[in-house]
Amino acid sequence: MKVKVLSRNPDDYVRETKLDIQRVPRNYDPSLHPFEVTREYTRALNATKLERVFAKPFLASLDGHRDGVNCMAKHPKSLSTILSGSCDGELKLWNLTKRECVRTLQAHEGFVRGVVVRFCGSSFFTIGDDKNIKQWKMETPGYGEEEEPINTILGKSVFTSIDHHHKDAVFVTSGQQVDIWDEQRTSPIRSFSWGVDSINCVRFNPVEVVNPLSGLSYPRFETQIFFKVIMTMRSNTLCWNPMEAYHFTCCNEDYNLYTYDMRYLDKPYTVHMDHVSAVLDVDYSPTGQEFVSASFDKSIRIFPKDGGHSREVYHTKRMQHVICIKWSSDNKYILSGSDEMNIRLWKANAAEKLGMLAPREKAAVNYNQKLKEKFQHHPQIRRIARHRHLPKAVYSQVKEIRIMKEARSRKERNVRKHAKPGSMPVVTEKEKHVVTVVK
Amino acid sequence: MAKSKTTRKKGKVTKMTSATVVVQGTEDDEEELHQALTEDVISASEDEGGSDDERKHCRLLEAISSLGGKTRKKLTERSEASIQVSEFTVNAEGEGDKINLSDLIGTLDKAPTALTATKKQLKNLEHNHTALDTPLTRKETEQIQRVVAFEKTSKEVSRWQSVVVQNQKAEQLVFPLNQEPSGPKRMEHVVSGWKAQTPLEQEIFNLLHVNQQPLHNPVLTQNEEATMKAMSLEEAKIRRAELQKVRALQSYYEAKARREKKIKSKTYHRVQKKVMRKEYLKRFDEMVKTDPAAALEELKKMELSRMKERMSLKHQNSGKWARSKAIMAKYDDGARKAMQQQLEVNKDLTMKLVIPTNEEDEDEVAEALPDFVNDAEPILDPINPWMRGKLSTEPAAQEESNCLVPPAAGPGDVKAGDGPDLLREEEEQVEETEEEAILRGFEERRKLRRAKDAVEVAPVVMEESEEMPTGKKAEMVTIESSDDDDEVVEISEFTSLYRGLVKDHVEPPVEPPRAGADPCVSQGEGPALLEEGLVRVRTLEDMELLGQDVSACEPAPQTTQTLSTEQTEPQSATKQADGKRKRKKMIDPNEVLTKEAKVIKVPFAPTAVEDVEDTDEQRFIIKEAFAGDDVISDFLKDKKKQESAGMPKVVDLTLPGWGEWGGGGLQPSRSKRKRFRIKVAPPPPRKDQKLLNVILSEKRNSSVAAHQVSQVMFPFTNPAQFERTIRAPVGHTWNTGNAVQKITAPKIVTQLGAIIEPISREELVKGENQAVTGKSNLRSDQGPQQKRRSQQKKKHKHKKN
Repeated sequence: MKVKVLSRNPDDYVRETKLDIQRVPRNYDPSLHPFEVTREYTRALNATKLERVFAKPFLASLDGHRDGVNCMAKHPKSLSTILSGSCDGELKLWNLTKRECVRTLQAHEGFVRGVVVRFCGSSFFTIGDDKNIKQWKMETPGYGEEEEPINTILGKSVFTSIDHHHKDAVFVTSGQQVDIWDEQRTSPIRSFSWGVDSINCVRFNPVEVVNPLSGLSYPRFETQIFFKVIMTMRSNTLCWNPMEAYHFTCCNEDYNLYTYDMRYLDKPYTVHMDHVSAVLDVDYSPTGQEFVSASFDKSIRIFPKDGGHSREVYHTKRMQHVICIKWSSDNKYILSGSDEMNIRLWKANAAEKLGMLAPREKAAVNYNQKLKEKFQHHPQIRRIARHRHLPKAVYSQVKEIRIMKEARSRKERNVRKHAKPGSMPVVTEKEKHVVTVVK
Repeated sequence: MAKSKTTRKKGKVTKMTSATVVVQGTEDDEEELHQALTEDVISASEDEGGSDDERKHCRLLEAISSLGGKTRKKLTERSEASIQVSEFTVNAEGEGDKINLSDLIGTLDKAPTALTATKKQLKNLEHNHTALDTPLTRKETEQIQRVVAFEKTSKEVSRWQSVVVQNQKAEQLVFPLNQEPSGPKRMEHVVSGWKAQTPLEQEIFNLLHVNQQPLHNPVLTQNEEATMKAMSLEEAKIRRAELQKVRALQSYYEAKARREKKIKSKTYHRVQKKVMRKEYLKRFDEMVKTDPAAALEELKKMELSRMKERMSLKHQNSGKWARSKAIMAKYDDGARKAMQQQLEVNKDLTMKLVIPTNEEDEDEVAEALPDFVNDAEPILDPINPWMRGKLSTEPAAQEESNCLVPPAAGPGDVKAGDGPDLLREEEEQVEETEEEAILRGFEERRKLRRAKDAVEVAPVVMEESEEMPTGKKAEMVTIESSDDDDEVVEISEFTSLYRGLVKDHVEPPVEPPRAGADPCVSQGEGPALLEEGLVRVRTLEDMELLGQDVSACEPAPQTTQTLSTEQTEPQSATKQADGKRKRKKMIDPNEVLTKEAKVIKVPFAPTAVEDVEDTDEQRFIIKEAFAGDDVISDFLKDKKKQESAGMPKVVDLTLPGWGEWGGGGLQPSRSKRKRFRIKVAPPPPRKDQKLLNVILSEKRNSSVAAHQVSQVMFPFTNPAQFERTIRAPVGHTWNTGNAVQKITAPKIVTQLGAIIEPISREELVKGENQAVTGKSNLRSDQGPQQKRRSQQKKKHKHKKN
């Protein structure tokens, strides 16, 4: 008679310490785990649904301004600090962790047009409608000390924007002309102008930061200086991609954003459309993979850098025209300043869980992400993942714009059909918006 | 010719002057006239070739005519003074007129201090008509500048292309980009910036210096670095593979030896011994002719064995076997013969041998020979002719073998062996020799490589060469020490056997050049090789072996007598080997190796193999449990139903009452029914027709369709591609933990609370380097240098400014 005995090696199931997780022997034989695709599909579907369930991007609103927020600036060294200037000339420093205003100062008479923090984070510059450039200390003045700027420079005309060099004590302003300033001097080192048009926005390229004083490097600041791209409508602001030296995106009054390769300015690299009103501000994520745009249509949209359409739209009932927007330097948050005097803090990834994640949580998140990516083309998942709520006004306008676009294209098609063949070449969407390039 | 030229020039000059007059006509007429006249006078005076009145007259007329009304109009014209009145007394009229060099020279003429040399130069220049263009307008220059600047910047920015593309293609990007690795740093990195200050520290550092220990940056010592350089990964891999093969072969040999040892058949052993003895005698005869010294040694050994035999008296008729034979001898012829043979052997052994050699001659020969000749032929076994090469085992094992083998191999009870047995054994031996040859080849190659290494990395040779053999020895020791003593003996026997054999083998033609090259190298390397020789006795031997082969092929003039004797020996051996080879075809090494690597078949999934009774029991239980429902018949019914549903039905389109009477109880006529019944062609056979246990439904399920992809999406070009991506599961249910981690790694990883700076120029430098070298891993010592360089560049730029 056979006697069968169970024999197990304790090494296979005994933990080394009691903190170890239990060992679970696995058999990866595929015949034991059938229906892998269907099971994973279900998981993906659930993950997508949960993502939508947890998509609650709005985190906080910072109120305190007594007029619309006109400009914002990130602190280069501290993630929790943010500066904002309003239309009544007031400037506020905020602590994001506490979600409160740390310091308020009356910077200018009239609008604060621009704020920029020096690369070291010790001081910041503001420009206003009173034609002044003021430099302020970052620290709050001690008890009894008066709130006074370190330096004040009186300009000849109104400045529209300001940007500081990322490594040198040089900053640049735009207005009637582009001026490059040394911090130590009260007059610009160089100034450039071209024609009579005033310049809206000027930005240093964060990647190619060569000393601007050397030779012919001035074209580095703004495209319009060496190449004027005349578009159908006004471009409001531009932002360089921090990871790709030659790509920048500018937001336009014609509801679109255009990403250009600075070497080939005759047509945009990508046209990003989804907004239904003028786009007022744009900022790249520090990873350079995405950018966020603020629009007059009271919404914020996040675009992938090479995608034609947005992957996310944020809006709230109370948020009015969004004037300025910033993506925090840890790639986690978005800050928007709007007309109705509030600054709002959003998550950059709507469904992301904030804070530290346990390794298993992280693994689960990664797995879900991968599943969603894998099954992204399946209709159900796609439908759920892409579903967003829009305010009624925006929704109807989107519809309207679509109809208009269709009508226009239909008309064009018809005209082409009845025109002499070859007389009406097909103009791509990219080419449509550039009128000319002036050298 | 010359004259005409000058005149032309003069004409020009005069024209100019007149023109100036015209422009300056704003002033007093009289003055003008006067001026014109004076100018003319001057020009006339300038003219050296002689004056012509006609021209003068013309000029005068012109001057007068210019006083006319035309000039009046020009009074209103305003122009800049600087254009008209130059401090160099050179006048150019408007934009259209050009200043000629001759004008300038003219002013020079006036100045008495002007150097003649410069004048000449300028005159030469005059012949050159490549005058500069007028400068462009400001607008145009700016545009050109812009275009140039744009091209320059776009070129500069294009340097980022590779980095950008690389990042786009990257599997994973970790931000912040230039992150320092967290966690504890290595001691060497921490210490690198530190300097010895106190005397104690300095002393310690001095000591370290003396011992060539790493002081500052290097993580590895110099020796370690050198070894790293000397050894490449591939080489190591090849070496390891070879070692593995060798070890495998060795283990087979061991097993074989053990097996043979266990054979109880006396005839077998007897036959073997006989064969051995025959071989030995043959050899000895040859040796007497070719190498008397070695023969003498052999003789001595024989003498020794004889003495032992005499002392032990083993071959007398006192043994167990001999006694049994003695009983048998009465009836059995064979037994009697065996007895006689043994007695003869006994006689042979106990007989005192007379050594015929004269000692003087031999001494001379010994002097003439180099020492190594004697060393190379240590005969370990006096009887076994195969025991020629040295053993790979320790000397202790050799000694053992020496002690143990002679009695066993002594000439003795050898019967008239059966023929087939012998043949078989010989064949086996041949096989052995082939395998040995393979083994040998490996070893030689390894040694050669090592020698090459030694040549290449001369300073490091010492340590490495010491390391390697010891390592190998250690391996051998471990292999052998695990076995019993007897086994050790056998192994050593076998190794020596094969050495001897391999010695005899003619190496393939690839070998000789190598063998020729290596001695040269060894000669070239002076002191290093000397030391090496001490370490690698075996290697040298091998080299000699190879050298012999070479010399066998081509006669060397300066070889001594002994060498020539050595040559003949292997030649004869090779003949033998050839003969054997004819009998048996060459064995492919691959075949040998693959034969040994047995694939053990393990059941794919652990299946529960139960006894028949158990299964029966279980089946019974299951039957009992599901007594009520007959699943199988249900399934069959279901299938039938499906099949019948799939079959096309006959469509009856007959309408009663058309063309005939209708009403209750009346059937349409048969012909009509026949006419209007439409038979549909049968559908293609079902796919599950031959599958009994399967129902294949080909209907489209609308509820499933909602979840299915209806078209090929963008990155995919065909459905198969898409399906492939979907088919591979990513979860931990189907994959191991590590695999899941790898598959699900996110594309972008950011650190919580870390500020991500824009990409820096260092990345660009890195990217360019990678593009140039094609390697992703930079050496640690290159990084800082580059950084420094870039910093220097920056400094330079600052200076410029």
